[in-house]
Amino acid sequence: MNQFHSYRLRERARVVQWVLAVAFVVLVGAFFRLQVIEHERFRLRAEHNRVRPVPLTPPRGLILDRHGRVIAENVPGYAVKLLAPSEDSLRAVLLRVGQIVELTPDIIDQVLKRFRRAPHMPALLVGDASFEVVSRLEEHRPLVPGLVIESEPKRYYPLGPVVAHVIGFVGEVSDQDLERDRFPGARMGTLVGRTGLEAQYDNVLRGRPGVRYIEVSAAGQLVREEGVAAPVLPVSGKPIRTTIDLDLQEYVDSLWQADARGVRGGLVALTPTGQVLALYSVPSFDPNAFIGGISAQEWRALRGDSSYPLINRVIQARYPPASPFKLAIAAMGLKKGLVAYNTTMPQPCRGGLQLGNRFFRCWKREGHGRLNLIGAIERSCDVYFYQLGVRLGINAILGEGTAMGFRERSGIDLSNELNPIFPPSTAYFDRVYGPRGWSRPGAEFNFAIGQGENTQTLINMAKFYQALAGNGTAVRPYLVAAAPGGQHNLGLSREDLAVLRRAMIAVVATGTAAGSRQSDIAVAGKTGTAQNAHGDDHGWFVGFGPAEEPEIIVGAIMEFAEHGSTVAPYVVKAIRRYLLGPQAAPSQTAGLLALEAPQDSAPRAVSISRDSVVVAPPALPPESTYAPAPLVPRR
Amino acid sequence: MRTLGLDRPLMVTTALLLVFGLAVLFSAGQTDVPSLAAGAWKRQLAWVLIGLGGATLIFRVSFRLFEWIAPVLYGVAIILLVLVLIAGTGAGTAAGTKSWLTIGGVRLGQPAEFAKLAVVFMLARYLVGVRVPPDTLRDVVTPCLIAGVPFLLVLRQPDLGSAMVFGGILIAMLYWAGTRPSLLVLLLSPALSLLLAFNTWAWGVWMVLLAALLLAWRPYLAEGVVVYVANMAMGAIAIPIWKRLAPYQQSRLLTFLNPEVDPTAAGYHAIQSKVAIGSGGWLGNGYLNGPQKRLAFLPEQHTDFIFPVLGEELGFVGVIVALALFFWFFLVLLRIARRATDPFSSLVAFGVLGLFFTHVFENVGMTANLMPITGIPLPFFSYGGSFLLVTFLALGLALRVAWDSRMSGYLEI
Repeated sequence: MNQFHSYRLRERARVVQWVLAVAFVVLVGAFFRLQVIEHERFRLRAEHNRVRPVPLTPPRGLILDRHGRVIAENVPGYAVKLLAPSEDSLRAVLLRVGQIVELTPDIIDQVLKRFRRAPHMPALLVGDASFEVVSRLEEHRPLVPGLVIESEPKRYYPLGPVVAHVIGFVGEVSDQDLERDRFPGARMGTLVGRTGLEAQYDNVLRGRPGVRYIEVSAAGQLVREEGVAAPVLPVSGKPIRTTIDLDLQEYVDSLWQADARGVRGGLVALTPTGQVLALYSVPSFDPNAFIGGISAQEWRALRGDSSYPLINRVIQARYPPASPFKLAIAAMGLKKGLVAYNTTMPQPCRGGLQLGNRFFRCWKREGHGRLNLIGAIERSCDVYFYQLGVRLGINAILGEGTAMGFRERSGIDLSNELNPIFPPSTAYFDRVYGPRGWSRPGAEFNFAIGQGENTQTLINMAKFYQALAGNGTAVRPYLVAAAPGGQHNLGLSREDLAVLRRAMIAVVATGTAAGSRQSDIAVAGKTGTAQNAHGDDHGWFVGFGPAEEPEIIVGAIMEFAEHGSTVAPYVVKAIRRYLLGPQAAPSQTAGLLALEAPQDSAPRAVSISRDSVVVAPPALPPESTYAPAPLVPRR
Repeated sequence: MRTLGLDRPLMVTTALLLVFGLAVLFSAGQTDVPSLAAGAWKRQLAWVLIGLGGATLIFRVSFRLFEWIAPVLYGVAIILLVLVLIAGTGAGTAAGTKSWLTIGGVRLGQPAEFAKLAVVFMLARYLVGVRVPPDTLRDVVTPCLIAGVPFLLVLRQPDLGSAMVFGGILIAMLYWAGTRPSLLVLLLSPALSLLLAFNTWAWGVWMVLLAALLLAWRPYLAEGVVVYVANMAMGAIAIPIWKRLAPYQQSRLLTFLNPEVDPTAAGYHAIQSKVAIGSGGWLGNGYLNGPQKRLAFLPEQHTDFIFPVLGEELGFVGVIVALALFFWFFLVLLRIARRATDPFSSLVAFGVLGLFFTHVFENVGMTANLMPITGIPLPFFSYGGSFLLVTFLALGLALRVAWDSRMSGYLEI
């Protein structure tokens, strides 16, 4: 029992005291390290644990017309988001949400995809929930942990389809865009402009998103929405004022719906300085359908529609310029001094012209007889222009055409404008047909009447006529602001321009567009019929008014309209509306003259495949812009 | 109190720890999301009353009786541990283990907790009986068996945390009985080998060091050889044993070394515990206001991980206060053990100290990531009926030891 002597015990107790002291010093040291030295790190970690940022969407800037009328605005909307700690629990929550509102498998896949991309952010369920859906979900909030209902400004286009191709639409930014940093400052889930002005001026319109903080539990349930941390308020986007005249745009739409329902085509109206007054393309679509995600069904319908409603026919479709191009040929002749207003051609029009073993017809079988330049434009005589084309020579046509801007885009401030097709030199024919595969006079004949390997966008033709209407300089058309460059001087003297104007006045007064003549306004212009190997020809009319002091230049094309004289009255009415305003008396077409129906003939029908009319499909919104079918409350 | 002759420092420290513990347990139940911990403090309070009754009863029992029936208590404890292995159920935060003895659907308690006291009695009786302090490895075989059998049985439940307590009690009581520290080191050396075997270099260095220690301490040749061979064997079987461990046990050990290996699953406890403690800072977020606790980021916040609640809400200062109270409590127990009237009482009192110390060091250590994470309650703080009852029984024993020595007129010589 020696070892339990109190002396021995005291000795051992002293050792034990030391052991205890060391153990507690070690513990205190460990806590000192955690709580004092590393405190900041763990404090941040704890914040990160419990605080989740929820982005606040800024309202996009307004888009206004030239008079300040609203083209695109914002209305209050509701976004429904779900916060979940894991994919499994999100699935479980979606199951329960499915008992409250109808959820298709598509929607569920979308939400899960969004969750996987940003698991710490509330995953968007629907960007544009109806009030009914929101109230039903709010009612069942206890069943849906992590439900975040966000009041968000929602884009709204009051005129919908009327302005669809001008403004475009918005959609969620895609992964590819984020990778390429196409929209600087955009983050996952940011709404960006996908086409039209919304895309072009996205950086102005978008604004800066804010953020608010919510507190969540370990289970990812929303615990507190208020007072977690000071929110950063969103900065709304800046408005843009466009050059569009909304009244004219609406009028063009109503006219087209009344007179040419079901006809595809486009119309563009410019001021002499290049401001776009109206830009219209049919068939159209409702850009409001894209807000909050378009339904997959609607999206498939839009994409699969054989009439391509998403294409902007003013800038994204190419047509053979046909007879309106005769003004370019005439301008080249005048510039080179090869013709004057009263020059006649050696061969009068007898309904066609023999070239070697081929007979090139004029559209008028009985022939026009002997005409001077003005008469040839007025009557759109092919035979006259065949000879002028030969006189110019193909090299001059291609060279001058390139100088006039027929090889370039108009440069309008809209994305995805198509390049026109216009060969730079005859080397092009050598390459395509082989050096012996084409004949020089044949090409000259074709180009002289705007056929051949020459297809132009409507906006590019309107730009050329804007030069004719003004002082001979084509400027870059614009909707908001003109970018520098893109000017083309036609190189015509004042007298030359006057000659062409006289001819174009004659077209409407007594020529091929006489049917559209107005008693109170002088309009100048040129009809055209583009050969279409795939069906009825396309009709052109490009004109301006008032003829002597032009204030507006309008170009229009109607697909399968057979000839340009059908398009002319329509354009003339639009010009009249712009010049006289809505209060003007109803238009009075002269109508007394016999209506000539010109049909431009081509020596060889140039095949215009569907692809050559509509080459590039328009910029399609990525998958993320559409949500499958809108939510409806379950009954 | 003075009239009762109860040990005042022990009463004071116990009362302070108990109040502190209940306050933190109450806070652990104040969460923003529904939690098991919500009403735990009320049930704990009920257990405190039961515990007080138990302590009063045990205080009235003479230590001679305990010395006499120690083998019976020990035998009953072993039988219960075997029974629980056969018919045990899981419950509460230890739902995955077989640690509860349930009869007719009523959970009676966790035999492992009572086995701890039984082992304390049995070891005390044995060590007093041998009369000379263990001097050789052969002398410690029986104590090792006494603690080893329940250790293995509890390990089978599986409950590594409680099992470790038997080891703590064994080492503490061997030391208090006068065993040389060098012998304890040799005794523990195979366990160290087992850990170091995962790093060949560390193990090699250890084996060289062990050889040097054996030469210096000069145990019997045979024993030295046995120790050395045991170390080599441990080094050899470490990897196979590792492979036979359950994946959750492996990941617990791995995440102890680096919690970020698997932050959402195995490392979750370790990380969230550290985050809660670390975010407390000097003064904490204020009583009842710990966000990590409120939002249920802390797992098992009312049982094994109650200490981080304290750390988060009361900060480093609160931690210091709690640790100081525990330190004081241990010094009081040490003093009682030292002044005991007889070796048996002294050993029991020291065994109780070893029991509590293992609990406190392992529990607090694991919340700060100093120790691997095992399910082990913190005395006075963690919610748990059986352990609280055992705590009070042990306190009753300590009070009795103090009372005996006071009554016998203990004098410092």
